[in-house]
Parts: sequence; structure tokens; C-alpha cells
Amino acid sequence: MSLKKIIFALGLIIALTAATLIFFTHGLNYIGVNVALLGLGAVLMRQSAYFSDNFYQHASPQSFYPTAGRMIPWFAWLAAVLVIYGLYISFAIAPTDFQQGEAYRIIFVHVPAAWMSMVIYLAMAFWAGVGLALNSKLSAMMAQALAPTGAIFTLLALVTGSLWGKPMWGTYWVWDARLTSELILLFLYLGFMALQASIDDPRKADRAGALLALVGAVNIPIIYFSVKWWNTLHQGSSINMGAAPKMAATMFEGMILMALAFWMYTIAVALIRVRCIILERERNAGWVKELSVKEIA
Amino acid sequence: MNNAWLTVLTRDLLQAYRRRSDIATTFFFFVIVSSLFPLGVGSDSAILSMIAPGVLWVAALLAGMISLSRLFATDFADGALEQMLLSPQPLALLVSAKILAHWLVCGLPVVLLAPIIGLQYALPNEAISTLVLSLLLGTPALSLIGAIGAALTLGARGSGLLVALLVLPLYIPVLIFGSLAVAASQHGMSPQAHLSLLAAISLLALVLAPLATAAALRISVE
Repeated sequence: MSLKKIIFALGLIIALTAATLIFFTHGLNYIGVNVALLGLGAVLMRQSAYFSDNFYQHASPQSFYPTAGRMIPWFAWLAAVLVIYGLYISFAIAPTDFQQGEAYRIIFVHVPAAWMSMVIYLAMAFWAGVGLALNSKLSAMMAQALAPTGAIFTLLALVTGSLWGKPMWGTYWVWDARLTSELILLFLYLGFMALQASIDDPRKADRAGALLALVGAVNIPIIYFSVKWWNTLHQGSSINMGAAPKMAATMFEGMILMALAFWMYTIAVALIRVRCIILERERNAGWVKELSVKEIA
Repeated sequence: MNNAWLTVLTRDLLQAYRRRSDIATTFFFFVIVSSLFPLGVGSDSAILSMIAPGVLWVAALLAGMISLSRLFATDFADGALEQMLLSPQPLALLVSAKILAHWLVCGLPVVLLAPIIGLQYALPNEAISTLVLSLLLGTPALSLIGAIGAALTLGARGSGLLVALLVLPLYIPVLIFGSLAVAASQHGMSPQAHLSLLAAISLLALVLAPLATAAALRISVE
């Protein structure tokens, strides 16, 4: 099991997601960055072909446990460095917004958190689907490990959104389409975690949760567009959070850095959590007993 | 195959008929919830007709939800569900018959009762007919989506409350388009777009929900 391949695979996902996010939020403004990211993605895809060939071998909890342990410090340190650099750019370098003053700086946390909340749900549904289709234990564990982090980012997006709303809209809560869909996303996360928590048999909980995650993923676009339509017809606030005028390049850079930092944090935390889940589920397996004997000695 | 479908449908309807008080519970739940709002908000007919679309749809949503736990629980308890899982007929088909029976027993009464509640809320006539039409188009989606939640929570701890947590967020699009349709006809606009979307959601649910419910049942009962 090569650590390199896994990092390549994860890097590929990150590069593709970043390129897609940039495209959806900024259209063709940053086409250079996009092309670079897609090129990087293509290279990584070739490299990670090996990984997918040997999926079953790597998907065993026993071989993943030590690999995850080796990967955690890398992602954790990357997250720390990126957060410090990103916050430095966001709070010290990025210019003051001429309309919103200093209060706008909360979007450097808010927007990446909102991105993460959605991307993590999709990643969770992806792993849940893989687990359901291939019946691989580790994928379901990964989905379970991602859920709390996704819920936390959703909550963070909601809290920072309402803190931003107070100086901008004069009120903590507006039934804005984005805030409302974020709230519903939080409910979906809570439902997933509650369902998994209330089924005692872990394999059954995995599959029930996976089905729910997939149903939720099918519903998310429907919910998002219905809420958007509801919002426009109900004449809500005319200020739109996303309709900020063209951002300064440093502002964009700060946001991307924070998004990358959140990615690294998510991966590190999910890996830590998945290691705990592996130990808990495999506690009767021989290798866990050997491991615990080794740890004590 | 048709035969099995009809058998399940008539069996479920017969069971519901034999336990008429269960139907009455859903029915009166809808009446009581929608009567609570005027008591809480006040009897001003302008305010009542303004909140009526949302309140009536939320009441219909909750009435549909509380009856979900009965959809599979009794069959699960007496072993009939296992027999359905083992039968050669496709499970999704049998499930669709059960869902239809559930809608006829719990959804349809609410649709039929809605005009009377609409009158209590001082809704104009066109709005009442839109309300009935929107409920007719939307409540099947509630039964269909709800069945997935009911199947997933089968045998889980605290399944009654859990089903609310799972299903209510998925009900939101139905609620939005249902109440918007009524509100549109209240304001003299055409509710057709909302009604079309409601029908679209119900049709999509009709295709996907029995399959998802069947998969969920296989997970829950093993």
C-alpha cells in the first residue's frame, strides 16, 4: 500500500473540486487557474489508476488503519499552515471593502465553510454509495466519519452567515435562499447521524445510512431550487449574499486558501475519526488485539 | 403480478377498515392542528386567510407523517412483511400497493376535508379549489417519500421521532409548491406552474420511492 497513491487520489479530488468551484462561482474569470488545476487533476488521475486497480486490497480496515495514521500528520500540518497563511491574507492583506467595511472579512470563513458543507455531503453520499454497491466496510466507515465534520461546517456557515447578516442586513436571520438551504442541509446531516446512531447493528446502520444519504443527495438539488424559487416569489431581502461585485484578487486568494485549509482539516479529522471507528468495529479482530498489546508494551 | 398487487392493496384497505379508529386519528389530528392556529393567532379573517396556505399544508404534512409508523410496523411485527420480501413478485410493486393503500386511508381524507377547513380560514372559492387540487397532487408524494423513511426506521430505536427527522426535510419542496399554489390563486394569479411542479415531484417520487423503499426494507428486515 503506497501512501503516495492515496495522496495522489485525494489531491485529484481536491484539484477537480477546486476547479469546479472556481468555474461555478467565477465563470471564466480565472480560466488560467482552472486549466492548471484540471491539468494537475489529469496527471493525478493517471497516477491514481493503480490505486483504483487494487481497491479491494486497500479497502480492508486492517491495511488502511496504519496508512491513515501516517497520513494524518501531513494533512493536519498542511491545514495548520494554510489556515495561518489564509487568515493572514484575509485579515491583514486583503483590502477593506468600500461598501461593507471590515465586517465583510467574515466571508473568508463563511464562504469556504458553506462550500465544505455541501462538498462533504456529496463526498459522504459518494462513499455511502460505494459502500452500498461494493459492500466494502471501509467506505461506509468513511461516510460515517465525514458526517459530523459536515454538520459542523454547516453550523459554522449558519453562525457566520447570521453574524455577517447583523451589520449588513441589520438582523441576525433573514430567510435568504442560501441560509435556508443551509439550514435544511443541517437537518439532513442530523437525520443521517440520528439514523446511524439508533440502529444497533453497525452493518445495518451503514447500509440504512447509505440509502438515506443517497436519497438526500437526489433531493438536494430539488430542495435548493424550490427554496430559491420560494425566496424570489416571497420578495425576501433584495441583497444577495452571492452577488458581491467583482472581488479583488487578494480576497479571492484568501478565500481559496481558507477553502484548501478546511479541506485538509476535514481529511485529517475524518481520518482520525475513521481510525477510531475501525478500532471500535474490529475490536474482536486479531490484529487489533496484537496492536493493543504492542501499544501497552 | 397484477393479482399480487391487488391482493396487497385490498388486504391493506381491509385492515384499515377493520381498524377504523386508526383512520379517524389521522383525520382528527388534521382537524385539531388546523383549529389550533386560529386560537393561537387570533380570529382576524385577514390574517387567517393570509396564513391559511402554509398552515393547512403544514397540518397535512404532519398528519401524513404521524401515520407513517403504521405503514410497515404491524406487518413487520406479525411476519407478513418477511413473506412479502420472500415472495417471487418484485418487492417494489408490492410496496407501491401498500403506499397507495396508505394514501387512500391517510392522504385522501385530508384532501376531502380541506375545503371545510379552508372555509374556516376564510379562503376565497378559487383558493379552496386550488387547495384541494394541490393536496390531491402533492399528498401522494408525501406518502411515497414517507415510505422510504418508514422503511429505514423499521426496527430502529425511537422510530416514531426518528422518522420525523428523516422525512420532514425531504417534504420541504412539496410544502413550498403546495402553499405557493394556494397563495398564487389567492392573489389572482395562475397556480398552474406550482401545480405542474407538484405533479412532477409526485411522478418522480412514484418512480423512485418504491424502489428506494424496497431497498430500505431489505436492509431493515434481514
